[in-house]
Amino acid sequence: MTNSMELVAPAGSFPALRKAIDSGADAVYFGFRDATNARNFPGLNFDNNAAVDAVNYAHARGRKIMLALNTYPQPATWSVWTRAIDQAAELGVDALIVADSGLLQYARERYPDLRLHLSVQGSATTHEAIAFYREQFAIERVVLPRVLSLSQVRRIIENTDVEIETFAFGSLCVMAEGRCYLSSYVTGESPNTCGACSPAKAVQWQETPQGREVRLNGVLIDRYQPGESAGYPVLCKGRFEVNDALGYAIEEPTSLSVLDILPQLLRSGVRAIKIEGRQRSPAYVAQVVTVLRQALDAAQRSAAQRDAAQLDAAQRDADSYRVRDDWVTQLDKLAEGSTHTLGALDRKWQ
Amino acid sequence: MKLALGPLLYFWPREQVEAFYQQVAGWPVDIVYLGETVCAKRRELRLEDWLRIGHQLRDAGKEVILSTLALIEADSELSALRRIAHNGEFRVEANDMAAVQQLKGSDYIAGPHLNIYNPASLALHHGLGAQRWVMPVELSQETLRDMLADSATPPLETEVIAFGRLPLAFSARCFTARACNLPKDNCQWRCADYPDGLDMNTRERDPFLVINGIQTQSATTSNLVGALPALRQLGVDVLRLSPQSQHMQEIVALYHQARNQDLDPRDAESHINALTCGAPANGYWHGSPGMQWLDPVSADSATG
Repeated sequence: MTNSMELVAPAGSFPALRKAIDSGADAVYFGFRDATNARNFPGLNFDNNAAVDAVNYAHARGRKIMLALNTYPQPATWSVWTRAIDQAAELGVDALIVADSGLLQYARERYPDLRLHLSVQGSATTHEAIAFYREQFAIERVVLPRVLSLSQVRRIIENTDVEIETFAFGSLCVMAEGRCYLSSYVTGESPNTCGACSPAKAVQWQETPQGREVRLNGVLIDRYQPGESAGYPVLCKGRFEVNDALGYAIEEPTSLSVLDILPQLLRSGVRAIKIEGRQRSPAYVAQVVTVLRQALDAAQRSAAQRDAAQLDAAQRDADSYRVRDDWVTQLDKLAEGSTHTLGALDRKWQ
Repeated sequence: MKLALGPLLYFWPREQVEAFYQQVAGWPVDIVYLGETVCAKRRELRLEDWLRIGHQLRDAGKEVILSTLALIEADSELSALRRIAHNGEFRVEANDMAAVQQLKGSDYIAGPHLNIYNPASLALHHGLGAQRWVMPVELSQETLRDMLADSATPPLETEVIAFGRLPLAFSARCFTARACNLPKDNCQWRCADYPDGLDMNTRERDPFLVINGIQTQSATTSNLVGALPALRQLGVDVLRLSPQSQHMQEIVALYHQARNQDLDPRDAESHINALTCGAPANGYWHGSPGMQWLDPVSADSATG
């Protein structure tokens, strides 16, 4: 078992990419400026020139750069996605992050040496599903959906030789990624089809006598009283009525943070941890990467010390890693709802 | 065109399930999908029970398919999946790639949760043995037309979910337990209290979604009977009707009359729309938000 994990950071723009790398990310991931990736937001992402600059910037500093092509192409626009794969191969990215089986096959056949990662949107939650993608497309890494407990993550690692990447920080998808159509049900656009969830163009804010209301394509997602903080109306994080009780029926606004369990992830053999947020600002990326770099270095140091002290079993179990208060404060300031959770990694959350 | 009864998505008491499928044996459906696709903790019926019900339905002339979970997390769920995949009697619907991994090389049904959005993905499943595929719920008739017209599309049977509340999302979290202030590990099977799911309304009390354990469904009920001529013209082979607790026999009968052209689809539509659990919807089929209902005139203009 290695004592290191790669820190993978989001880059929604060239400035964000620079910040991520300068702040200590081992790898960055980005998308093209179209519907081929799951963060297809206005003003985000890379055209070909910016992509060339991005690859050069990362490689000049010895970091990896990966391209997310993780939406599901439909027949009318299939060639847009295959062209994006051709373009990525030409750019010399270190890996492609893909969800769609048809595209995985295209990439594997055309570019046998291209490293393929199964996107979280590929919904692989068991070692059997991972074995399928391994056998069919020789994927080398899988990004796990945020539906597994820590012990389930461990069981997967024990049963596969595919590298495991898990989410470390950022907006929390409550639903199994790649299997959620809530956004298209309301707006016509979903992560799978358009790379969008609760898209901004469907959002309407309105001051009313009852409070400040936010709607998604006409559906009331939440209503805020003066003084209540109002976040982006992701439709699964609104307040709804169930059995006559009003509340966050699916999930409250919160971010995932694995600071508390970094040593456990490391010991389990997780190979990379990922920060969500290609839609976030360069400043956000810099701050999150800085904190997680420090935390990950601390966890890795602690693991190395533990291994060095291998004669003493009691010492081996003791982990000198401690979550620093300033890390938590800094990340909570950046988190949705200014709070964090382990999500499904913690069985009690489920 | 065949009619299929989709897997029961809710958690009904065992006696109710047995009684339901005894009735189904006499209904004019050609195919019946059996088994638990939502939550592994629902164990009112075990595989042996499903097989027994399957035998009864097969004896009544139905094609029986065993469906599998859409979200698989635990090793115990993988073991259950293996037993279903290798049941030796009935074909199996794969709703996750873990199931495909077990079923490849045999004749399986590529279920609605496999995310088949293009001919290349469809060809992959056909190459692995699939003889039928179910279109993902969020795709439109236009995409289906493109798929079926594509030269890369292999000759498989195409099934479309035509009726029922739509499965829209799956989570590690049980939202029914959450609504009842219970932890998932001690859920007390409260989803059994809601035979058509638990309503989740907006703050204006408009029906929005329906909670069904770890699954989130549409509050609306999809109804594509009015699109029967288009479905037929596209060459769709199977229409899937997803069970609701009330009026299902009448709904099946109306679909049957419409597919036999004994009843005008528009008339069938208005009859069925009066029997749905939620307000009717057909938005996805017309390339619109899934929650919407498009009447024939606006639907025609929406699809050009």
